Amino acid sequence: MKNALGIEIPEYIEGMGALEPYKGAWEKLQKGWMDETTVPPPNKAKMPHASKMCETLKDAILKADPHDGMTVSFHHHLRSGDGILVEAIKILAELGIKDITLASSSLTSAHDPILPYLKDGTITGIWSSGIRGELGKAIAEGVLPKPVVIHSHGGRVRDVHTGRIRIDLAILAASAADCEGNATGSHGPSAFGSMGYAAIDSWYAKQVVVVTDNLVDYPCVPPSIRQNYVDYVVKVDSIGDPTKIASGTTRITKSPMDLQIARLAAKAIIASDSFKQGFSFQVGAGGASLAVAKFIREAMKEKEVKGSFLLGGVTSYCVDMLNEGLFNSIFDVQSFDAAVSSSLLNNAYHIEIPAGLYANPFNCGCMTNKLDIVVLGALEVDTDFNVNVITGSEGAVRGASGGHSDTASGANLTVVVCPSFRGRIPIVKKQVHTVVTPGETIDVVVTERGICVNPRRPELRKSLEEAGLPVKDIEVLAEEVEKITGKSKDIECEDRIVGLVEYRDGTIIDVIRQVKQL
Amino acid sequence: MGNMSQHERKFKRRSMLYIPGNNPGMLQQGAVYGADGVLLDLEDAVALNQKDAARILVRHMLQNLDYSGCEVTVRINHLDTPFGRKDLEEMVPLQPDALRLPKVETVESLQETLKIIEQIEDEHGLPHDQMKVHAMIETALGVQNVYEIAGCSPRIDAISIGGQDLAADMQLVKSNDGIGIDYARKQIVMAAKARRIDVFDTVYVDVDDEEGLRDVTEYIKKLGFTGKAVINPRQVEIVNSVFTPTEAEIRKAVRVYKAFERNKKEGIGVFAVDGKMVDAPVVQRAIRVLEMADIELDTL
Amino acid sequence: MILKEKAQAGTFESSDILIMVEPLEAGAGRKIELKSIVMQQYGDDILQQLHRELDALGVQDVRIIANDKGALALTISARLETAIKRSAGIKAS
Repeated sequence: MKNALGIEIPEYIEGMGALEPYKGAWEKLQKGWMDETTVPPPNKAKMPHASKMCETLKDAILKADPHDGMTVSFHHHLRSGDGILVEAIKILAELGIKDITLASSSLTSAHDPILPYLKDGTITGIWSSGIRGELGKAIAEGVLPKPVVIHSHGGRVRDVHTGRIRIDLAILAASAADCEGNATGSHGPSAFGSMGYAAIDSWYAKQVVVVTDNLVDYPCVPPSIRQNYVDYVVKVDSIGDPTKIASGTTRITKSPMDLQIARLAAKAIIASDSFKQGFSFQVGAGGASLAVAKFIREAMKEKEVKGSFLLGGVTSYCVDMLNEGLFNSIFDVQSFDAAVSSSLLNNAYHIEIPAGLYANPFNCGCMTNKLDIVVLGALEVDTDFNVNVITGSEGAVRGASGGHSDTASGANLTVVVCPSFRGRIPIVKKQVHTVVTPGETIDVVVTERGICVNPRRPELRKSLEEAGLPVKDIEVLAEEVEKITGKSKDIECEDRIVGLVEYRDGTIIDVIRQVKQL
Repeated sequence: MGNMSQHERKFKRRSMLYIPGNNPGMLQQGAVYGADGVLLDLEDAVALNQKDAARILVRHMLQNLDYSGCEVTVRINHLDTPFGRKDLEEMVPLQPDALRLPKVETVESLQETLKIIEQIEDEHGLPHDQMKVHAMIETALGVQNVYEIAGCSPRIDAISIGGQDLAADMQLVKSNDGIGIDYARKQIVMAAKARRIDVFDTVYVDVDDEEGLRDVTEYIKKLGFTGKAVINPRQVEIVNSVFTPTEAEIRKAVRVYKAFERNKKEGIGVFAVDGKMVDAPVVQRAIRVLEMADIELDTL
Repeated sequence: MILKEKAQAGTFESSDILIMVEPLEAGAGRKIELKSIVMQQYGDDILQQLHRELDALGVQDVRIIANDKGALALTISARLETAIKRSAGIKAS
């Protein structure tokens, strides 16, 4: 069957059940409720003063009923410094557990060491918002028997609510925790900030294990994860590599290309009617998109514009803007650098939020719905404004859906920043390899060679043209790029599907096919 | 022609971005940084054993890439070097918007170069009045002769100061304040103004010092420079912004120009705007501001 | 063009291509080894381009070792031309 973008989607996948094709970005929300039934969270009981402490991670896992076919979940707040996921999978493999579904909120290059366990049948399925490195390459080459599912941050919460992801065991690393499992990422030697993605795991997993390298006296404050959801607590020597967990201060890029794109993007934002008193704002931590924040910050000071809230993945740059009074508050689902943790801990207007409040479409209003402006990156953009943030030019999985489609769907003004080509590879092109975020939710694409406005926003195009900005049709830009780079050959793929890209409402927006071995 | 107003000329000349001639990554992106002009450099930015490679690469870039929106200038090697003559033979037929000649010191040697350019143009059936020539003044002797140099041919529609080489030629100890070349800057500006041609300032080498760049650009703008050469794309926006009139300046200029038009009809030459006397020079300055702001006079 | 000696042009920088040229005896034909970071997307195009331009330069018997870091076609032309001219002993001055 074909979805609303005309992409062929299988009706049924063995072991996963029926698939629903993507119907349009807001199609399923209009009703005001979700038809799918939700699964109840587990009911548990503990005797008074019973200890939750376990000697080792292995002891905790043994108590948590490890079994073949189980689903194990993790959060990715330790980013590329994570030491817990690999450790836990190794333990499960040593215990001889097979057919595990790995449900991590995302996967980074720190998780490359689990590749052997994909090959030997320990792990047979993956749900994640992002996959990179060796894992992404192997998955594109077909290492797993079942397709991986790429979901958004908001979509993951819905997947847990509906039981598409049924977590048997959640192993949640924290930089500080007490003996009952109250836990936080906001302080301790391995502080990493918000635990926003872990909340849903703690609420719904059959067994919850908190792992910390910093056991504090009861009670651990602030309790991002609360004791009434936690089965076991483990104190370990290290939850990962602190230098990669808490990576100093995020600096603005010095790349002239990124700065040029960011400068243009900021001009487009300022010329739009979304840049106004009380606007809300989200930018990524990547080169060009964070650099947009630099120019917006300058413009806010110059024009005396004050914003309401900053959302999302939070960098120290956001914290600086909060401290300068440019924004009233920060809602933080994920923190990108060390300076953010202390702000989260000490500033009452810097508020930790769970992923559901951040971006789940099926509740009474997630915060992405209140966004005025979001700036996002892209691996590829097509002439229908569809964005790929998951597969690279070789067809490998090497990116993350993250909050891309969530924020794009919510924001009044969604700005994508990317170079028009990278090396010799076209970025703006006729057709992307994989659609993650549908074009109907993208308003503007800003490249070094001009600004393309979605034809759905003629009034925006007019504003940008009146501001003297270099606006051009996206088809014209794509042709211009192809003239410079030459026409690139499409990635050759087999028929076999190795990945499903789930839109935030649970429908399937695209599939990832196995890359042909040349 | 030197006395062209900006609207007759195709390009503004606030910023001119140097791009090393043997660097394909930078050459292919040169036009996107918002510089009014790009300067593809075959001279100092290219190692002696790569002169052939740069020349061939720049030729292919000029033939295949669209630098539209940018004035394209190629800086060639001096005719006294083994490479200058060949540079001319390869570049002149391509007719970039302009050629920049390094270390111009005397009218005689400049005229000799211009003659060679014309010979090559004749061989290719090209006119003599399309491609402009910019003379770089980077020696004490060049500074002394700059007025003659600036006026020696209608092809010379801009001159520029090369601060690094000039400081070396003057045996100045390194200093960042520009005091040593200040006299030269002023003399070169004066020569350009007398000849009614454009004049570019030298580069600012500390690319991370944005404040320093802004300060010196504001200074040389006050001296009368048309624009400034830059060596890093990150410097373009700063130089452009200094040379772009502020909103207050534009509003003032509009008021002056409108008052001038009103009074002209009644035959009044001197009048007052905002309590200040306005006469012909003030009106001319206002028109210049409006040109720099891309405002068409007949739309006012 | 008659090749006289081994020569090379270009760099390992991004968007550039390093081309090494070695004359072979008459009748040996062309031996082209291409490595490219965009092999999948442009490998065939680059090989065709090299052959086309060697034809135009009149070079038949040659070994070419090319290491491409995503150079545009025009850069590949420029580097090949430079390497061939260097090999043929055409000087920069």
